[in-house]
Amino acid sequence: MLSLNENFPEYAVPGAKQVRFEPYADNGGSVVAIAGDDYAVIGADTRLSTGFSIYTREQKKLFKLSDLTVLGATGCWCDTLTLTRLLQARMRMYEHEHNKAMSTPAVAQMLSTMLYYKRFFPYYISNVLAGLDAEGKGCVYSYDPIGHCERSNYRAGGSAGAQLQPLLDNQIGLKNMQNVQEAPLPREKALALLKDVFISAAERDIYTGDCIYILIITASGIQEEKFQLRKD
Amino acid sequence: MSFMGDLMNPAPLWHNGPSPGAFYSFPGNATSLRPTGHTVQDFRAHSATPITTTTTVIGLRFDKGCVLAADTLGSYGSLARFRDCNRLQKVNDLTLLGAGGDYADYQYLRDIIEQKIIDEQCIGDGLQLKPKSLHCWLTRVLYNKRSKMDPLWNNYVVAGVQDGEPFLGSVDKLGTAYEDATIATGLGAYMATPLLRDATEKGPLDEESAKALVRKCMEVLFYRDARSFPRYQLGVVTSAGVTVEEPVELKHDWSLAHMIHMK
Amino acid sequence: MFRNQYDSDVTVWSPQGRLHQVEYAMEAVKLGSATVALKSKQFAVLIALKRAVSELSAYQKKIIPIDEHISISISGLTADARMLSRFMRTECLNYRYAHDAPMPVGRLIGMVGNKMQICTQRYDKRPLGVGLLVAGYDDQGPHIYQTCPSANFFDCRAMAIGARSQSARTYLEKHLNTFMDCDLNDLVAHGLRALRDTLPNEVDLNTKVILKIILLTSLGGWNADLL
Repeated sequence: MLSLNENFPEYAVPGAKQVRFEPYADNGGSVVAIAGDDYAVIGADTRLSTGFSIYTREQKKLFKLSDLTVLGATGCWCDTLTLTRLLQARMRMYEHEHNKAMSTPAVAQMLSTMLYYKRFFPYYISNVLAGLDAEGKGCVYSYDPIGHCERSNYRAGGSAGAQLQPLLDNQIGLKNMQNVQEAPLPREKALALLKDVFISAAERDIYTGDCIYILIITASGIQEEKFQLRKD
Repeated sequence: MSFMGDLMNPAPLWHNGPSPGAFYSFPGNATSLRPTGHTVQDFRAHSATPITTTTTVIGLRFDKGCVLAADTLGSYGSLARFRDCNRLQKVNDLTLLGAGGDYADYQYLRDIIEQKIIDEQCIGDGLQLKPKSLHCWLTRVLYNKRSKMDPLWNNYVVAGVQDGEPFLGSVDKLGTAYEDATIATGLGAYMATPLLRDATEKGPLDEESAKALVRKCMEVLFYRDARSFPRYQLGVVTSAGVTVEEPVELKHDWSLAHMIHMK
Repeated sequence: MFRNQYDSDVTVWSPQGRLHQVEYAMEAVKLGSATVALKSKQFAVLIALKRAVSELSAYQKKIIPIDEHISISISGLTADARMLSRFMRTECLNYRYAHDAPMPVGRLIGMVGNKMQICTQRYDKRPLGVGLLVAGYDDQGPHIYQTCPSANFFDCRAMAIGARSQSARTYLEKHLNTFMDCDLNDLVAHGLRALRDTLPNEVDLNTKVILKIILLTSLGGWNADLL
């Protein structure tokens, strides 16, 4: 078959160009989670955008999966919607089969499996899962889009994840600091730090802003908090 | 993702020249003449592009309901081809649906939704599909189609009243869904959204001011969007029910046009 | 129940216009222990006996939660009920996945009815030997439905099925007019009294023959802790 564009690129007319369908979108958003001894806090901004336009300024990106587990998901929003709906259905099936709620580590493992199941057409999401584990300790699990899963005490993900993580490394992980002693992180400090990193992310990242929606998970329940960010 | 694609496929060094790190392909040489330069995708391409398209849908939430508006033009590329493409649909007494994008894809899905409503009426239990349920159902349909790489090339705006509260939500061809007080698709996202958000941030609107604002947006869009049309439809949904107006003609005045000089 | 020549198959009619195999299946429901369901304007309540098959075994599970807003209690073949409850759970999950809303109770019952009907019309199948009491809550308020092996289902205000359930139904019929305006405690008390009537005179309701109670309310969710 003779194709003008391929065989005679010199004669191709610039301008008229067929765009292939792109099944993914980058809807931005950042998420940060910090785990303490008896709590976990997780926050995500509420800006849902595409390119230079903002779809909405009040999109919650945190999903309460159970009384002890919250998922923060950013990236391709249509994938997020699908994954979380599936996750909720799978968790209910677990409840029916085992007559108990799913623990956070169990959700974490299942999420990894569900992501890898779509290895060759992945969910383009950066997931951060926060909650309390079976012992009541705070835990944070982070993922790549195809299911790699890692447990840690703090994690930043999403469009400004790469900017936020080094700050958390320094302030919570005490990296590159001399003569410091490791001490348990109080909840108030974690919360203040979470707000601070988001303020700095909103300065640089156009996909992060408007508001942070924060959930604080403790054994006595999940508390909600909101914090305003730049609205430009 | 486009910003990543730029890294992977850098622009050519000059027009029709090689990209950085790629070989220059001389015109008419053996490799570029072979017939197998096509991927499987080229032969069994699904609807990779929309054909007859419609432009912006505007949705605005007010204190007791929602307004939707859309013009009636079906464009064939830049040709203003069809002049009576209604694309606001009364789904049931609670829900109004507006659509932009490929008109054939919209008609296909509209028929399915109509059948869904008829099936529901046949059950006869008095329950009606709620706006949030329709919104969620649309995300599932559109996401499944996009996952087959065979998208329905549309933006849908679902407006309704659920449990006394007005609902306004949008779904695009990927299944990306969100709710907001103001929604404008297509070029309207850039031209109308700022006007709508300005107005809603000043406080809740009543029905008349919401309608007036939407009409103003339709006028602005008609002046600025080359794929728009002066005939448009406006629909309102409140707890009293759904009304879709007959198309109206907006008044336009181009007498200022000769004073605008663009370089 | 005497045998006759027209009961060799579910697909065989008797000259009187009866399907004997289906009627035999209806008898299976009466073999299970009793369970009672009743509703007021706000609540639907399921109450079932926890009766152990023997001293050595645990009691049979009589109440199966289906979704946040629907629960069933069973009488008859437990295995058949497990199959049905699995179907109902799947349908509720699918409805939630696609519509982000709880399944309307009446529509679920319609689907269950259609599923149960198939095996009353095919020679290679047998009718399900279980009766269900379905309690649910949706936009139209609380619901109680009864389903039978004959694939019939009934929208009820109150119902009892299972062994010796006739005396419970007699009680319910007698007090039917008071249920709609009952508060929660009175409603449960009525249910307990109805269930007590199914027991032999020398046995009373106590912790040994204790019962399981499930409530469905507008507050959402089934909850046995409300009492």
